[in-house]
Amino acid sequence: MLSDKDRIFTNLYGFKDRTLEGARARGDWNGTADLIAKGAEWIINEVKESGLRGRGGAGFSTGLKWSFMPKNTGRPHYLVINADESEPGTCKDREILRNEPHKLIEGCLIGGFAMQANASYIYVRGEFYHEAMALEKAVEEAYAAGLLGKNAAGSGWDFDIYVHRGAGAYICGEETALLESLEGRKGQPRNKPPFPAQAGLYSCPTTVNNVESVAVVPTILRRGAPWFAGFGRPKNSGTKIFSISGHVNNPCNVEESMSITLRELIEKHAGGVRGGWDNLLGVIPGGSSTPVIPADQCNDLIMDFDALREKGSGLGTAAVIVMDKSTDIIEAIERLSHFYKHESCGQCTPCREGTGWMWRVMRRMVKGNARVEEIDMLFEVTKQVEGHTICALGDAAAWPIQGLIRHFRPEIEARIAKYTRNAGAIAAE
Amino acid sequence: MPKLTIDGIEIEVEAGTSVLQACEALGIEVPRFCYHERLSVAGNCRMCLVDMERAPKPVASCCMPVGEGMVIRTDTERVRKARNGVMEFLLINHPLDCPICDQGGECDLQDQAVAYGKNTSRYDENKRAVKNKEFGPLIKTVMTRCIHCTRCIRFAEEIAGVPVLGATYRGENMEVGTYVEKTLDSELSGNLVDICPVGALTSKPYAFHARPWELRKFESIDAMDAVGSNIRVDVRGGQVMRVLPRLNEAVNEEWISDKTRHAVDGLMKRRLDKPYVRGADGKLKAASWDEAFAAIAKRVAGLDGSKIGAIAGNQADAESMLLLKELMQSLGVASIDCRQDGAKLDATTRAGYLFNTTIAGIEQADAVLLIGTNPRKEAAIINARLRKRWTMGGFPVGVIGPQIDLTYDHSYLGAGPQSLEALLKGEGEFAAKLKAAQRPMIIVGMGALTRADGAQVLAAARQLAEQVGAVAEGWNGFNVLHTAAARVGGLDLGLVPAAGGRDVAGILDGADKGEVEVVYLLGADEIDASRLGKAFVIYQGHHGDVGAHHADVILPGAAYTEKEGTYVNTEGRVQRGRKAAFAPGDAREDWAILRALSAHLAKTLPYDDLASVRRRLVEVNPAFAHVDDVAPSAWGAFGAAGAMDAAPFVTAIDNFYQTCAISRASATMAECTEAFVKGRQEEGKTGTHG
Repeated sequence: MLSDKDRIFTNLYGFKDRTLEGARARGDWNGTADLIAKGAEWIINEVKESGLRGRGGAGFSTGLKWSFMPKNTGRPHYLVINADESEPGTCKDREILRNEPHKLIEGCLIGGFAMQANASYIYVRGEFYHEAMALEKAVEEAYAAGLLGKNAAGSGWDFDIYVHRGAGAYICGEETALLESLEGRKGQPRNKPPFPAQAGLYSCPTTVNNVESVAVVPTILRRGAPWFAGFGRPKNSGTKIFSISGHVNNPCNVEESMSITLRELIEKHAGGVRGGWDNLLGVIPGGSSTPVIPADQCNDLIMDFDALREKGSGLGTAAVIVMDKSTDIIEAIERLSHFYKHESCGQCTPCREGTGWMWRVMRRMVKGNARVEEIDMLFEVTKQVEGHTICALGDAAAWPIQGLIRHFRPEIEARIAKYTRNAGAIAAE
Repeated sequence: MPKLTIDGIEIEVEAGTSVLQACEALGIEVPRFCYHERLSVAGNCRMCLVDMERAPKPVASCCMPVGEGMVIRTDTERVRKARNGVMEFLLINHPLDCPICDQGGECDLQDQAVAYGKNTSRYDENKRAVKNKEFGPLIKTVMTRCIHCTRCIRFAEEIAGVPVLGATYRGENMEVGTYVEKTLDSELSGNLVDICPVGALTSKPYAFHARPWELRKFESIDAMDAVGSNIRVDVRGGQVMRVLPRLNEAVNEEWISDKTRHAVDGLMKRRLDKPYVRGADGKLKAASWDEAFAAIAKRVAGLDGSKIGAIAGNQADAESMLLLKELMQSLGVASIDCRQDGAKLDATTRAGYLFNTTIAGIEQADAVLLIGTNPRKEAAIINARLRKRWTMGGFPVGVIGPQIDLTYDHSYLGAGPQSLEALLKGEGEFAAKLKAAQRPMIIVGMGALTRADGAQVLAAARQLAEQVGAVAEGWNGFNVLHTAAARVGGLDLGLVPAAGGRDVAGILDGADKGEVEVVYLLGADEIDASRLGKAFVIYQGHHGDVGAHHADVILPGAAYTEKEGTYVNTEGRVQRGRKAAFAPGDAREDWAILRALSAHLAKTLPYDDLASVRRRLVEVNPAFAHVDDVAPSAWGAFGAAGAMDAAPFVTAIDNFYQTCAISRASATMAECTEAFVKGRQEEGKTGTHG
């Protein structure tokens, strides 16, 4: 278990002062100019060494991503922060925006400097009204204290932050759709290549980072890459905020070391599964798009990128959705399926047409009003969507259903058999 | 240049080429719906997926740029499955109404479903239905058929320059439309029908009229404006059913204007199908050809050439104009003119009345000045080319004349000749831009040349062109934008008054005063015919329009789709229209009518077939030898020195949709006038009006 001295987000729960003064007391903005004085190369290298992987879901090395930014292009560079946290089950960035906004702002300045960006846009989810207010207040404080603007924090680097509120579309959390939305267009993902590092916001070199990825950077630089790399298994290092929800006694956000076991995470922090560990049906380990993992594989499940990938799932945003045996797993996945159908942007064919089809079949499966062959057909349809779309929303819509069919096929078949029996009985009457 | 391997074949293509284009270069067919080579790449249909080595999933070939050493496979099982999957998705919500869909037989979805579709459907749920949109009189929508390829959205925004289309709602509820319902106010809207890969957007006037396999197709040339768009005329049973664009990169690329496409229903209305002679009672009576010719011979006999005038209309072919000129010359007539609108262009210096830059040359220009012209209405295709150049950037546009909406940004410099004079003096910001440009263009329109001081305006424009370096080695930026298909051909053949002859205004004046006793109108309908009252009027043409109403003898001719005719477009490009249908009734091809008449007047012209007429064309002007090409024209002095009138320039065309006898007879063009021209003039109109 992570000890308190190693926590980065010391005010995650908002029990302490969230203003600039409070943040400073917790160590934020301490020696920022000195960190910047060490140079962009040092910063990027340090982030690379720390093993920090993107916290938005894909888990790509943050330092590597930063190093992809071209240098001295003569064009403006941008750092865009993805605070459009909309993945069902995920609520970690929300707490950072509310209670630790200065960690994010300081991270923006340092990351922005490292990538030669003089401006950063923070795209906040539309529904995050209070969070956006808190962030804007923090930005104002930072400007007033000279931490942003010309010669930000005395570093000699000019840096501005703009807070932009979205309008509540899940797809705008996809990095290129986010850029489209920022530019004032309909939030639809772009084709890649070109990647944002070549042509992003307003066709200028851009890096899009998750809130948590950037907010941890100042602490990593202050405490050193080896400290951060010391948590978790190799290549899955660092600390991470886990959002634990569902059938646990004490749903919570908690910062923990990577590679902690699921059981320890739930029992130490969330008060255990409702009705005891044996009452567990399965978990969705990383937000709604990651496939469900059944209880029999949960006992020594390690919570990190690679371990979960081996299990056919993923760490995603580390939003653990716990389901006990009272859950109608088919209906639960049907609900997720409806979410993806609702949030598909409609741009490309497989996702636009496939999400609706999948949901409609799922809806019948909930009742059992289907044929057994349709389970295979549904699986095939998910395969027809997966990997054929512009962005990952198609994959995200397909995976939960694939997880369901892989692990809970007998349940679906039983449901169909029951329905068919009843329908037959009714017909006989 | 990157080298890549596609299906085991190595190919070297230019950097920036997409994988799809590279496949095409090898002749490997890649199915696609959203990709269109003239539009930006959307990559949303996902039909063109191919396998790329080291890529974890198939990539969309249309938006994947080629890279050195790339290995692409288009024939793997994974690719086939991916395409089959996409096809299945497209079909689950696409109605299977091909038997009642006008796109049937020429539908991309239909064709590709044969290659990639299943013969049964696994989709058991309800299908989506989408409410149709109202886009005006030209475009019929069946939005349930839409496959959301967004080609129409991109066309409207990028080519037509009217960004009114977009997608609303998300996911499977996504709809293409205008959001607030309104018509598509563009002269190029008909092209949406061509680029729509399915039957969501079809031609409203053509709805349920014919099937593509019933049509005979003729490659021809348009005569609705001076662009000379290359067209394909589709005919069924002697009736022109529709006109489609034909690819010609030098002229119209693959677009045509709405008038070119949709005015053809006018070919079946108000036609002159037999000769008429005005009787003693003042009424026109049907007559035989011999009677008509005899009536003319009787009136012309013994008449001095100075008492005869001839006017060639806007759609006359070069062959008939040549015969008209030679017939008149043989009668000693000096008063002959092809400039119905009175443009002060002289026929001596060819470069002085041509669009010298050429249409494709616009893409090389780096600044343009428009004088008294609205290319959007006068030559919509040229306007699209100007817009294309403008979207590339670094293309300042200046306008002198009425305030207009060109679909691209421009600096408005003033309404009349004062602004031109200011530019000549080098005053103003735009003068500097013009001067700084390497390849500037100046386009003079009929709005500036049909005035009394047209020749002076022309001279001023020429002077400006020389001053800003628009005429240099390898570049001629001086352009006259014509509005009539026949005009350049007429000037090339010298259909202008000979010494002592009268021009159009002079002929009308003379007819009014009784000095001109016989007037020969070769399809001339755009004149003030009421002034012809006292004269004996011979009208040779195809429609019962203004000219025919005032005629004493009517000789029924053929419209541009009904004869083999040579047209010279505003660039000076000689192109040949083809006979796609027969002229109705007794009507004949125009050169043949003039040849027959010449025999009746005992001035027999020495032509017995079209080939001999065409040989003579080349003798008269060697430019006619360059078919489908532009003969280079030497620069020279033209225009006339003198002061210009301060009056502002006017627009040459008020109503884009009705500019000739055919378009005035067209019900579709009348509807467009109602919807786009009158509707705009009467903005305050409410539902209770009329």
